[in-house]
Amino acid sequence: MKQINVVSLFLVLILSACGGTESKVDSALEEQILYFGNGTEPKDLDPHTVTGVPESHILMALLEGLVIRHPEGLDPLPGVARSWDVSEDGKTYTFNLRDTAVWSNGDPVTASDFVWAWERMLTPSLGSKYPDMLYDVVNAEEFNQGIITDFTKVGVKALSSQQLLVKLKNPAPYFLGLLAHYTTRPVHRPTIEKFGEIDTLGSLWTRPGNFIGNGPFTLKEWQLNKVLKVKKNSLYWNAEQVKLNEIHFFPVDNATREDLMFRAGQLHVTSTVPLEKVPVYTKEYPDLIHIDPYYGTYYLRVNVKKEPFDNKLVRKALSLSIDRKEIVENVSKGGQLPAFSFTPPDPNSYYPPTSLEFNPELARSLLDEARISKEKVPTFELLYNTSEGHQKLAQAIQQMWKENLNIDVQLTNTDWKVYLSRQSIGDYSIARAGWIGDYVDPKTFLDMMVTGRGNNQTGWSNSEYDDLLVKAAQSPSQEERFKNFYKAEKILIDELPIIPIYTYTRIYMLNQDVKGWSPNLLDTHPYQFVYLER
Amino acid sequence: MISLILKRLATAIPVLLAVITLTFFMVHSAPGGPFDEEKAVSPEVLLKLNERYNLNEPLMVQYFDYLGNVLQGDFGPSFRYPSRSVTELISIGLPITFELALYAILFALMLGIIAGVISSLRPNTAYDYIPMTVAMAGICIPSIILGPSLTLIFGIWLNWLPVTGWGDIPGDKILPTITLGTAYAAYCARLTRGGMLEILNQDFIRTARAKGLSEFRVVVVHALRGGLTPVIAFLGPAMAGLLAGSFVVETIFGIPGLGRFYVEAAFNRDYTMILGTSIFFSCLIISFNLLSDLVAASLNPRLRDQ
Repeated sequence: MKQINVVSLFLVLILSACGGTESKVDSALEEQILYFGNGTEPKDLDPHTVTGVPESHILMALLEGLVIRHPEGLDPLPGVARSWDVSEDGKTYTFNLRDTAVWSNGDPVTASDFVWAWERMLTPSLGSKYPDMLYDVVNAEEFNQGIITDFTKVGVKALSSQQLLVKLKNPAPYFLGLLAHYTTRPVHRPTIEKFGEIDTLGSLWTRPGNFIGNGPFTLKEWQLNKVLKVKKNSLYWNAEQVKLNEIHFFPVDNATREDLMFRAGQLHVTSTVPLEKVPVYTKEYPDLIHIDPYYGTYYLRVNVKKEPFDNKLVRKALSLSIDRKEIVENVSKGGQLPAFSFTPPDPNSYYPPTSLEFNPELARSLLDEARISKEKVPTFELLYNTSEGHQKLAQAIQQMWKENLNIDVQLTNTDWKVYLSRQSIGDYSIARAGWIGDYVDPKTFLDMMVTGRGNNQTGWSNSEYDDLLVKAAQSPSQEERFKNFYKAEKILIDELPIIPIYTYTRIYMLNQDVKGWSPNLLDTHPYQFVYLER
Repeated sequence: MISLILKRLATAIPVLLAVITLTFFMVHSAPGGPFDEEKAVSPEVLLKLNERYNLNEPLMVQYFDYLGNVLQGDFGPSFRYPSRSVTELISIGLPITFELALYAILFALMLGIIAGVISSLRPNTAYDYIPMTVAMAGICIPSIILGPSLTLIFGIWLNWLPVTGWGDIPGDKILPTITLGTAYAAYCARLTRGGMLEILNQDFIRTARAKGLSEFRVVVVHALRGGLTPVIAFLGPAMAGLLAGSFVVETIFGIPGLGRFYVEAAFNRDYTMILGTSIFFSCLIISFNLLSDLVAASLNPRLRDQ
């Protein structure tokens, strides 16, 4: 046994040599480095081809659009554009660019940079997945679909190097909000052309050393599956405002490991919290756990092409027998709110006048009514992607339907890609789904349910609904727009091709040293306002 | 010896071909494609993407195209990381996984051989039972439990070691090494014990003892050489298993190795990456098995003639 003792003594020596050092979070105070838990590894850093939330966190540091998001979620703030004029009909925007805005190599950021970036984003052969962000611009959709090939016909022009003119099809009060989204930010043309053509997918321009951005930070280091580091850009027009020296984005896709990292002082902010720990942390660390309202809805998608779900009464009965209050209080347990509409209510502006009650008795009578020609609702599948949270919720709903309607539901969990593919080809009965808005406006939700939209996937089609969305788009005032949206939302909640369950919350851990971080519906926290202080 | 190598290489070719063919058709028949995303992709964009990655051709054409590319050493671009090739991803992940596997095997050998020798010297006493019980426990505890437990004890409660990372914070390689190496250390211990027991009963050991050599010399110089043969035969498959099976430990500790790429590729339907890593791992396993056979043959003359 002597040898083993020697070994363990040796190990203890090594271990004790490593102990007792200050944590990364402690030393970050001096260095002003933000350690950021960023979910999954970014696919790429090309704003025109990526789609994910982790990528958006990094691109917010590296690129800046005409406007930037307000740290408290209010109206956008000036970014590259120092000011803008909107015509009376709300369809023409003239942006005045600041002459102090430069790329990280010193080149000025000009109006033509935006024109070229938008041309690239809309070029059909690039295969951008977010071209609809610019579809409000005159002829943008036509260009993206290859109906026209002359980009000069698209409603964006550089009047001078500092002035950008944008013409819209419809007055779009949310348009400034879109301009804060990463897909509409400029890209550095000479760099992209150095590594490929306008439509080259996956060229080397996004690598450290190649990437030229105009944001408050520049790309310093990118180690795949390990860390992506950005450092302060001294050439940024508002560099004085930027207090952080670096941000290190860690791709931590495992909630348990992320939790350990946070507890060991290796992260300032996490992307999530392990489900089972939310109640414990809420009690024990109320200062560290953050449960913020979030612009997203958790819902069930119903395949209305399948019997018996083609019958509105059946869908209604299913919805009426779900106790949403019970679900948020005892199943999801993360401060979520029962949803009564598809669009999450924004207490400051849009508040849909709809309701979704829990009334099993009414549900049963509706089912009786619907069953006139049918024997019984057959056993059907509730599809969800493999995850503990979705599973618990599916089980709760399964039980509610059994208890209240005596309907048997079979739970089916599949991996993410199978789950997506089965919905897109309509091979499902009912599936869980979630949607997070890209900007704060009902359009980002309601547009999805228009006939034939890629994310509709329910087979539901209602011409009155489609008309109301067109009307909303053409409404001259926000008030009238919302009126049309309210009407559309009422149709949706009456028809229920989707059954809303709850409004999401953003649950994460945040170190108390992080200042200038305000909760907001889109969960965006522009880094120029963030700093570390104890 | 040369004929052994040639024979092995000749059997390797059909094995690799079978791996490529099976993997190719399996990944392509799995439901869900690489471009299925939450935000539905329009049919036009999907068409463009399929064209770009040669997915619009009939499957047999794609298969032969792929074989042709592999023969030229081109594994193609990754679907998940559009700006990176499969070769680049392997070259990023491999050195890290290799380093981890190497530390784990060294840890396993060090601990396993010592424990095995100790138990073989006094069989069926407490000196034998205790290390062997611990070894049995080591084989049984999966790394998915051992890793988080070690992290909790040494990382959070005692705050001695970092809970994650690889080469960032001093000491962050210790816990992954122990987690990955423990099961192999246990195997090593049992194999060493078995090998040693067989050798220690042989005549030449008795002769050595009769000559008056010290016990240390008898064990380390004479017995160990033969007693370790089973351990050495185990090394090849162990190293291959460590390399291909390190993904659990890599996930627990956030190590950016090849194992994680491999598993993620399957979830992402990253066809080229799944194929590339499968082929690569197959080659590794074949070479390590060959290598360990060669080492075993050179140590044990009886095997050389076979």
